[in-house]
Amino acid sequence: MRANCWMGRNSVAVQDVPDPSILNRRDAIVKITSTAICGSDLHLVDGYVPTMQKGDVMGHEFMGEVVEVGDGVDSGKLQVGDRVVVPFPIACGACAACQAELYSCCENTNPNAGLAEKMFGHPTAGIFGYSHLTGGFAGGQSEYARVPFADVGPLKIESDLADDQVLFLSDILPTGYMGAEMCDIDPGDVVAVWGAGPVGQFAMDSARLLGADTIIAIDKEPYRLEMAAQAGYTPLNFEDVDVRSALLELTGGRGPDKCIDAVGMEATHGSLPVYAYDRAKQATRAESERPYALRQAIMSCRSGGTVSVIGVYGGFADKFPSGSWMNRSITLKTGQCHVQRYMKPLLQHIEQGDLDPTRIITHTLPLEQAPHGYDIFKHKQDNCEKVVLKPAANGGGA
Amino acid sequence: MASRSSPPKAGQAAQSTSTPASWSPGFQPPARRTPDPLTRGLGWASAGLGVPMLVAPRWFNRFIGVGEAPRHQATTAFAGVRELAAAAGLLGSENPVWLWSRVAGDLVDLGLLGWSLANHDKQGWQRTAAATAAVVGITGLDLYAAVTRSQRKSEMDLTAAVTVSTSPREAYGQWRQLESLPQFMAHLDEVRSTGNGTTHWRASAPFGRSVEWDAEIVEDVAGERIAWRSVGDPDIPNEGEVRFRPAPGGRGTEIHVTMRYWVPGGKLGETVARYFGEDPHQQLDDDLRRFKQIVETGEVVRSDGAPWGKRARREFPQHPARPLSPNELEEVRS
Repeated sequence: MRANCWMGRNSVAVQDVPDPSILNRRDAIVKITSTAICGSDLHLVDGYVPTMQKGDVMGHEFMGEVVEVGDGVDSGKLQVGDRVVVPFPIACGACAACQAELYSCCENTNPNAGLAEKMFGHPTAGIFGYSHLTGGFAGGQSEYARVPFADVGPLKIESDLADDQVLFLSDILPTGYMGAEMCDIDPGDVVAVWGAGPVGQFAMDSARLLGADTIIAIDKEPYRLEMAAQAGYTPLNFEDVDVRSALLELTGGRGPDKCIDAVGMEATHGSLPVYAYDRAKQATRAESERPYALRQAIMSCRSGGTVSVIGVYGGFADKFPSGSWMNRSITLKTGQCHVQRYMKPLLQHIEQGDLDPTRIITHTLPLEQAPHGYDIFKHKQDNCEKVVLKPAANGGGA
Repeated sequence: MASRSSPPKAGQAAQSTSTPASWSPGFQPPARRTPDPLTRGLGWASAGLGVPMLVAPRWFNRFIGVGEAPRHQATTAFAGVRELAAAAGLLGSENPVWLWSRVAGDLVDLGLLGWSLANHDKQGWQRTAAATAAVVGITGLDLYAAVTRSQRKSEMDLTAAVTVSTSPREAYGQWRQLESLPQFMAHLDEVRSTGNGTTHWRASAPFGRSVEWDAEIVEDVAGERIAWRSVGDPDIPNEGEVRFRPAPGGRGTEIHVTMRYWVPGGKLGETVARYFGEDPHQQLDDDLRRFKQIVETGEVVRSDGAPWGKRARREFPQHPARPLSPNELEEVRS
């Protein structure tokens, strides 16, 4: 089959690779109909996540049709022919973490747990196409994928909703939603969201759904701010204004009640010397993050407010504003999204028309053009917000 | 999940281990770490030589009748640093790797002295010759110490713990089928019941070797504890114990494992094995993680990068995270 593979720093290529097969009894093979490029895929391509290997198949946002199931799959839950969206964390459903609905911290699905434990203190779940630290599972930017614990994670789509309406249940819609949910939004709350990329946009949509009064979008790309403005959010360009002063102005001097960091480890900063400082430290591996969004969110949040982190961090950050965090009673909440927890309720919101995930799709490309998709997404060319890839558009295939 | 703690203190070990000294005929576990006089003596000798070499290299060189030019003094001072490092190592850990480092250092010194003798200006030639003879003697002693201390069996304690979501009785039941231990214990190839509470074990040792031994169950309390130990005169005498106890608040079962090996090559073997990526502590942690996978999900979880199940840790860099070719698949399934 054809698959988009990591070939080294700043290099992906669509290649011929073997078709996947059943390795565990509860595996299924899914023929992929739609898949997407995630902002966190860029961290892998940019070389900031360790333990990538040449030839790794990328991609953790995908859906399709079940074409084969292992003999351990509960046939009451999943059968050949089912149309499914696959959540990006691989979860066993049986361990203490899964029982507590902390699926991205599943204790059983990472065969390289020893490696992850060295990096994080305790291991985390397996993730599709997301380095060997998260298990070394082949990803879904391909024609077929092997899905372990297929009777636990995948969500069956039984209505006639189009792929584009449900594909993002695999990651970014639940991730944005969890970002807003962790804010415990009260009526009248002002919510500021750092990053108006796909996850940031969905965090804003979710904050509105959960009752926020005003939602502020912080970014530097005019087209992304425009997209947020069109959806009814207040745009704030950090290259034009000082973020903290602007937020104070917008909130009558209080500061936003809730802040969401939807940026993560590769942030940019309006001030060149500040940017150069962390960029140099990151390039020399003296820190693994450029945590401007996180620093700014903590400093900007009102006393007693909540900062919710859904942007991806990988290792160790410098100049963490612990003084502001501690002395002003800021609550910090975070986590890789426990996607399985949110898929069904969010599907319902889509069916009811409360959420329209298709609003962020700017590019739909055949799988063969994945490298071009990465290129425009990374360099923010052609007003690129979200790239969806269609393996079937390859013409033929396996 | 699997966690590692420091080896049990003497008191705890005595409490949890059944009379290790009276195990079986033909095998007496060595007494707990008494200082080895020869190793310590060589450590102090290193310190005694290293200090004057480093502090007064000019005086030292005159004493053994070799050159006093700056480069000669620098060579001596450098050798002094080496002696002090060996002294710290020998007095600190008694790991035979430091004895071998002394042997290597001796050979370097002999080379330097030999070169000096061949190019001697005859001033104090006798002193140099005497120093050379002394180093030859010390080399012999170091070699003797290194060889004998490397052959000693030394005790290696491993402990690890993991919590599983089943009841103690179920977790016990799974472990009690000793024949299925090789499913999740990376180094075990086979455990075969030989009747009457005895079993025959076959394991792979570092560097492609294989070891076999017979073991007997010495304690078996359903739902609580299993203890076993090797019998006869095996290459690697060993004992193991696994305890099952309810985790607080109904959080399943805590499994605490203690394994004790008397390893030939002892510390040296462990140091070398660790260098080649076979950290025994890490292996036991990973073994318990796989046990948890079997108990909670029914089998060992495989990925494209680590498709071999329990052999995962040995293969790094791994197979790329892409599906296996038909040939690779056949190998994995065999």
